[in-house]
Amino acid sequence: MKRKIIASVLISAFLIAGLWFAQRLLMPKYQGQIVEGAMIEEYYDETTDHDVIFIGDCEVYENFSTMKLWEEYGITSYIRGSSQQLVWQSYYLLEETLKYEKPKVVVFNVLSLKYDKPQKEAYNRMTLDGMKWSMSKYNDIKASMTEEENMLDYMFPILRYHSRWSELEKADFEHFFEKDKVTHNGYYMRVDIRPQGEFPEPMPLDDYSFGDNAMKYLDMMTKLCKDNGIELVLIKAPTEYPYWYEQWDEQMVDYADRNGLRYINMIPLQDEIGLDMSVDTYDAGLHLNLTGAEKLSTWFGKYLVDNFGLEDHRNDPKYTKVYDDKLDFYYKMIEEQKDQLEE
Amino acid sequence: MNLTSAEFIITVIVLAVLYYIVPKKAQWPLLLVGSLGFYYVAGRSYKELIAHPSCPPQMIYILVTFVTAFICAYVMGRIDGKAKEYLAANKGTISKEEKKAFKAKAKSRKWAVLLIGLIIALGLLCVTKYTNFVIANINSFLKEGSRIKPLNIIVPAAISYYTFQTCSYVIDVYRGKTEPQKNPFKLLLFVTFFPLLVQGPICRYDDLAPTLFGGHKLEECNISQGLTRIIWGFFKKMVVANRLAPVVIALAADTNSYRGTFVFILMLFYAFDLYCDFTGGIDITIGIARVFGINVAENFNLPYFSKNIKEYWNHWHITMGTWFTDYIFYPVSVCGPMLKLSKWSREHLGQKVGKRVTVYLSSLLVWFTTGLWHGAAWNFIVWGLMNYVVIMISQELEPLYAKFHSKVKIKNTIGYGIFEIVRTILLMSMIRMFDVYRNVPLTFKMVGTMFTKVNLRIFTDGSLLNIGLTKPDYIVLLASFAIILTVSIIKARKGYVFKKETFAVRHFLLAVLLIAIVVFGAYGVGYDSTQFIYNQF
Repeated sequence: MKRKIIASVLISAFLIAGLWFAQRLLMPKYQGQIVEGAMIEEYYDETTDHDVIFIGDCEVYENFSTMKLWEEYGITSYIRGSSQQLVWQSYYLLEETLKYEKPKVVVFNVLSLKYDKPQKEAYNRMTLDGMKWSMSKYNDIKASMTEEENMLDYMFPILRYHSRWSELEKADFEHFFEKDKVTHNGYYMRVDIRPQGEFPEPMPLDDYSFGDNAMKYLDMMTKLCKDNGIELVLIKAPTEYPYWYEQWDEQMVDYADRNGLRYINMIPLQDEIGLDMSVDTYDAGLHLNLTGAEKLSTWFGKYLVDNFGLEDHRNDPKYTKVYDDKLDFYYKMIEEQKDQLEE
Repeated sequence: MNLTSAEFIITVIVLAVLYYIVPKKAQWPLLLVGSLGFYYVAGRSYKELIAHPSCPPQMIYILVTFVTAFICAYVMGRIDGKAKEYLAANKGTISKEEKKAFKAKAKSRKWAVLLIGLIIALGLLCVTKYTNFVIANINSFLKEGSRIKPLNIIVPAAISYYTFQTCSYVIDVYRGKTEPQKNPFKLLLFVTFFPLLVQGPICRYDDLAPTLFGGHKLEECNISQGLTRIIWGFFKKMVVANRLAPVVIALAADTNSYRGTFVFILMLFYAFDLYCDFTGGIDITIGIARVFGINVAENFNLPYFSKNIKEYWNHWHITMGTWFTDYIFYPVSVCGPMLKLSKWSREHLGQKVGKRVTVYLSSLLVWFTTGLWHGAAWNFIVWGLMNYVVIMISQELEPLYAKFHSKVKIKNTIGYGIFEIVRTILLMSMIRMFDVYRNVPLTFKMVGTMFTKVNLRIFTDGSLLNIGLTKPDYIVLLASFAIILTVSIIKARKGYVFKKETFAVRHFLLAVLLIAIVVFGAYGVGYDSTQFIYNQF
């Protein structure tokens, strides 16, 4: 009997280890062309806190250079953003972030309010797989799942990714234990240029009101920030496409007024910011490139300092060592990307 | 809910844990609650359940079948009991003739009760499953405008299985083989025992009852054997059947593109798919029952090692075959009109032909109903009749075979044995094409192209990589085939697979198999062919 018990324990350990190994190997690493799925988990490597937390979709993680904010104003910031990050995902990511730190300002990009229902599994995965397990993640999954998804696949991702066994690449083995950093405090850098072109005419909508579900989570976010004494700033990033309707803008102005929040629509402020969309975008105007993100960060950093009196940490030894390394990585990546472009 | 869904697995685990926690007396009531719950939610999504929490019609059908069986068995039991009492009380006072007459009267009363019970149970099956088939056939003779509107009936889940199981119980009570169950809830558990409601096997009351109602303590051998069967079933279902099912559907759907040698490929794929799907599902069923300490009848015994069709049918879907034999073939063979016909044919057609008439007619009825049981469509009926024709022809040719083998001594060679096995597999697979195309003329046409439009180039020009299977898929299928074949050969030679291995080796191999299922299984987002083929019957 004793031998059977020992054998059972050893075989169970083998089974669990085997499944863990297989899961680790089969989960996408997001270290190649698509890196967005690796962003969320990078936050847990942070060793210092942040004064500003950006939350939202690609309009934050591609448009704001956190390193520029540090370099010019000594602002410590982090972008908790991911592809097509829906408003409830932003809420739960913020809720989770507040378990680790208490920022002074939270900046939320409002474009995702146009989505009232879960959208695509692929985007859900890129946002949710990287989160550490907590009630925030559980609730986030529940709120985000499309009809074809189920909780079990999130709890045991191997059930979702098992079929990747026939597509495994070198990177899956190389990054089995450790992944390369793909962002700079959540900022996804692109140095290439593709000038803004013509956008399609905006389609008229039947109803311009934001959905109840989306607004519910915005309310929850507002309350969460108020309860924690955090300034919530609502922004609409300066990129013009996807189209931001006037009616949507009016609703935001009204919402901000009612809740005593600041709302900045940056689209009409492109000139003030100094953006030149013939050189400051890498994908024909959808997102900013490095120069665009740096210009926007220079402008927005001043706004943050002026309005919230954020402390300049550039002489604080607690941060300088960490940020010196981060800046080295930032400039190294700029050089690498430029070299690649020249090739 | 299907046997490989996460909901089902979790339900079984929870039920099994509770089963061994509660006192032994409460084990079968717990299974009853679990079984009713399973049937209540079976085939309904969470959203449907929330929207329509009331009792679904399929629940009413199974309850009517159960109530009918209980009342019929109870009444027949009472008739028997009273007859015995009367005969005991009047042992010395009534004559032999009076005793015989009294027994005959009691039997005829029991027969009437049985008839009512069978009419209700089989009536429900026929009405729900075959009404629209009959209407469609009548409509084919009627002009447009005078056609009958099909009924809006949903065939209740598992009705073919529980009806046959219940009928066997009532008939066995009538025959005096089985004592009527006095506790209605126990009988309800027999009718609704959840693992059997997916795709059988069709169990007999006397086989199932001893372990179904008895208390069980947690025993390592039950859990270990149960898990072994479950994991083996999962392997066959998820790694092979789920991978092949979409390919089979795609090949069968496009009859213009996939002709000739593609039909041959389809035939082999479906043979492997159906085997893994059906035997895999039964393995899971038997394994689950075993975890609860319950013995369920085996439904397969290495059918693809059979050397002729008759032997194949003794090893494939055994419980269905024996059901038809015990409850249709034998009663029909010895019923009054058949005996009269037998006598007449012997007198008028000679002994040789005469003795075959009743066997042929009874067999014809068995295969016709077997086909009909599989589905309310002509393709199933023709499938059943084709089996009948092949079995009868091979039976008639037996003297010729014997003559051949007396001259050519190859019967006991390995090569001839393999030839017989391959011949049986190919023949059965070809007959099964009626199930694949579900259209009788089309099946004949497509199977014909197998011989008239041979195109061996598809094996080399990459065509087989454009039918929904990649190179890695083929590797998985070949490896799975090798594993299943090896296990089958070991079982055929030794009679068991794991028995003599040590505990550690056996469970280590199971752990490896489990990891293989998780990684190489065809399931999850993007796969929708996870339902069992025999679930539809």
